[in-house]
Amino acid sequence: MTTRQFDITFDTILHRMTIRRAFDAGRQLVWDCHTQSDLLDQWFAPKPLTTKTKVMNFTEGGLWHYAMVMPDGQEFWGRMDYQTISPIDGYTLLDGFCDATGTLSPDMPRARWDVSFKDAGARTLVETVVAYGSAAELEQVIAMGMEAGMTSTLERLDELLSTLVN
Amino acid sequence: MDKYLHVSFSALGDSTRLAVVERLLQGPASVSELAEPHAMALPAFTKHLGILERAGLIRSEKQGRVRTCFVQTPAIQAIDTWLAQRRALWASRYDNLDHLMSRLNGVKNDDPAI
Repeated sequence: MTTRQFDITFDTILHRMTIRRAFDAGRQLVWDCHTQSDLLDQWFAPKPLTTKTKVMNFTEGGLWHYAMVMPDGQEFWGRMDYQTISPIDGYTLLDGFCDATGTLSPDMPRARWDVSFKDAGARTLVETVVAYGSAAELEQVIAMGMEAGMTSTLERLDELLSTLVN
Repeated sequence: MDKYLHVSFSALGDSTRLAVVERLLQGPASVSELAEPHAMALPAFTKHLGILERAGLIRSEKQGRVRTCFVQTPAIQAIDTWLAQRRALWASRYDNLDHLMSRLNGVKNDDPAI
């Protein structure tokens, strides 16, 4: 695997995470991969999970309702509610945990994502800022994963992610 | 680990407290050493130390007249682990995207319609 520009910073004061990554592709293709569900389905879930889309309506006020699926078939449902879209510069959305019908988990805070795309020579730079409303909200998202009900699923996801760290 | 994680982000959501933890990551320090770079009265500063101690991020020991502070490694490790997991998630996700785009670019060269 080649080393690519990849940078994650965490700001505890503004309770937000910023992910920056350069891609060896033109901005239009990188944009398409982020905004078309048939393409999102091929990369959004970390291995060995896969992504499946139930609803995709990439418009302001529209949503992407999707699941990340474990190899044993267990599903983690989520939804992204698009707020603003300016092709092919960027978009903002609210993320969320939900069920298979798209009903949001009532107690889970939602983070606001601000995704922007910039040319860098022949490459494209993508910056994603994931911002929580407060430090307390971020703690809640983490703590909820530890509680009964979501424990097994999120713990397994965390275990899986731990194996990917190395 | 979860217990520490639950409180530590709020405790770190302040530039003075963040600076104290960053300083202590380099090694233990006395309260007066820690307070020196910060332009605030000692009672206000020790209040910040109290918040960090209750959050499980630091601990302190009094030896004679000097109180020395240390980072609590498990709490910092819990944050590290959480961040490492986010990093792994995004790294894996973006590796997938690299592969997808190189496939699509290959197709594109052969077939201008796509």
